[in-house]
Amino acid sequence: MSLADARAIYPDLYTRPANLAREAATLTGLRRWVGRYAPMVGSEGTDGLIADITGVAHLFGGEAELRDDLHARLERVGLTAVSAIAGTRGAAYALARHGGGIIPDGMLAQGAAHLPVSALRIDHAAAEGLARVGLSRIGDVIAQPRAPLARRFGAGLLLRLDQLLGHQPEPVSAGAEPPHFGVRLTLPEPIGLQSDVMAGLGRLLERLCASLAQHHQGARRLRLELRRVDHGTAEVEIGLARPMRDPARIAALFTKGVEEVDAGYGIDAMRLYASVTEPMPPEQIGSGPTVRNQDAMADLISRLGNRVGFDRVLRIAATESKIPERSHHLTAAAWSEARPSPPRRGPARPATIFPPEPVTHASGHPPARFRWRRMQFTTLRAHGPERITPEWWFDDPEWRSGLRDYWRIETREGPRLWLFHTPQMPAWHPPMQAQNWCVQGEFV
Amino acid sequence: MTILRDLAHRQAPADPFALTKARVHEAEGLGRRAFALFQTLRHTGTVIWILPAHEPQRPMLRGLPDGLSERLLLITPKSETDLLWCVEESLRAAPVGLVIAEPQQVLSLTAGRRLQLAAEAGQTTGLMLIRAGQGSSATETRWHCTPKAATNADSTLHCWNLNKNKKGTAGSWVLNWHGASAAFDMVSETGERCESAD
Repeated sequence: MSLADARAIYPDLYTRPANLAREAATLTGLRRWVGRYAPMVGSEGTDGLIADITGVAHLFGGEAELRDDLHARLERVGLTAVSAIAGTRGAAYALARHGGGIIPDGMLAQGAAHLPVSALRIDHAAAEGLARVGLSRIGDVIAQPRAPLARRFGAGLLLRLDQLLGHQPEPVSAGAEPPHFGVRLTLPEPIGLQSDVMAGLGRLLERLCASLAQHHQGARRLRLELRRVDHGTAEVEIGLARPMRDPARIAALFTKGVEEVDAGYGIDAMRLYASVTEPMPPEQIGSGPTVRNQDAMADLISRLGNRVGFDRVLRIAATESKIPERSHHLTAAAWSEARPSPPRRGPARPATIFPPEPVTHASGHPPARFRWRRMQFTTLRAHGPERITPEWWFDDPEWRSGLRDYWRIETREGPRLWLFHTPQMPAWHPPMQAQNWCVQGEFV
Repeated sequence: MTILRDLAHRQAPADPFALTKARVHEAEGLGRRAFALFQTLRHTGTVIWILPAHEPQRPMLRGLPDGLSERLLLITPKSETDLLWCVEESLRAAPVGLVIAEPQQVLSLTAGRRLQLAAEAGQTTGLMLIRAGQGSSATETRWHCTPKAATNADSTLHCWNLNKNKKGTAGSWVLNWHGASAAFDMVSETGERCESAD
């Protein structure tokens, strides 16, 4: 039924767009939880789970009790579910999608007989074809001779039928678990010395880095949890400038954090896990000075970033904008690559830039004399104006004063300044005319 | 003995503006940032520019010398202690070519000496852009840099005074450097100084 039809029948229908990604994530979480009932749990389509409970049911008191337990627990968290238990995967699939229940052992053909043929996991055309010849139930299809069925509807139908009846095996394969990058170490005696903690960390790092290497991953953030005897926990967290799995280099970054840890009565357990990882294919190491320099540079950025913060170790990158403040932006060096700068084109730009600082006691246009930063300047030469208009699609409070006329002013005192004038802004103090001139940069 | 041999290896460079390798230098005056940009062109490798987070005057990409922006790292620590720590760490790192820092307070003798040791350990050159009179006496050289008004329109003159030099003589130079490449012209003005003699 289309949404328009549904709305026509029931105008107050409440609809929400389906969020497939979150649904899949929920199903994955549910799959992990269903692991409490069976060792092998796999996904079945986008809305189902299949668990192989062979030899498990008696632990819960029987199949019916297991199913009741499952439903009770799901209901408690507010989930509505339909489940079925049957001797084969095909039968369980069919029954779960048409009411649910339990098909006892050896009763497959009878238990599934009343289900519609569409429950056989066959395509729509085949199901319709079966219905057209009067075979609407699975029981009707089972009763038919196999050879005419195969000739008319293909081998796919018979395969599905055999899987339902158990003539063809169909094992349940558990979904692959995402790798977990965490290791722990429990100590027989509490430790308190910094060197002991670092030695323990070294052992943890070796195991963690081996696991990272196996999955071709590199750590970006690492967290070390130290559990004290009095059940307190101390945490040390470090970031890395680029994906890394070299135990010695990572251990060096932990040194400062471990120094600051209060061991209390002693530490008896350590846990280390990589909270953020990134793909890192194996690469050739130690090939020439370039690689060594890159490694040393990444180490330096990690060291600096862990102390002053990774958002304070910056790279300067060009952006496409004529507005001086936005013609470049600063990005965190740990999360960006160095890119070659665009060639110098157009009018000269100052080497340093700062937020506009108004000048005072300006006279003339461009000002022949003005005061800035408590210094008196006399204009020797003025180049300009270069008119820059604000970006209308971007409301910048700095540029609400309208367009700007930029001038390069060489002063008799030496400094070469970048001044601008805002002609659209009414002068507040007509005798001084000072509000409309600002300094924004300094040339070399 | 080791120290003495190291000292003997260091020789005064022929080029007046070449900073001695593996030492920390200082520059003051209005033109100190121009001097720093000039020095970045004479050093290969990564350039690290450390300035306090509250400093509003920052490098502008489109006005920087050619090829500098891809090897420039800006570090903006919050406190003066962090700033000095960053300078020391950067000086100790081998792949760094030049470390430029703008400390806000007076550099103590301890701080200056520590920076010199770090520079020697990492074989890196450092340049501190200090405010007037806030230098440390441990510095190798101290430059006073001022921009100078030019008589003709297409020259950008700089007046650079070498006030203090541990291994050579002081001096004063006026040069014409336009800020885009390492090329510069010396302007010889015999009998004239940019600052009056005391």
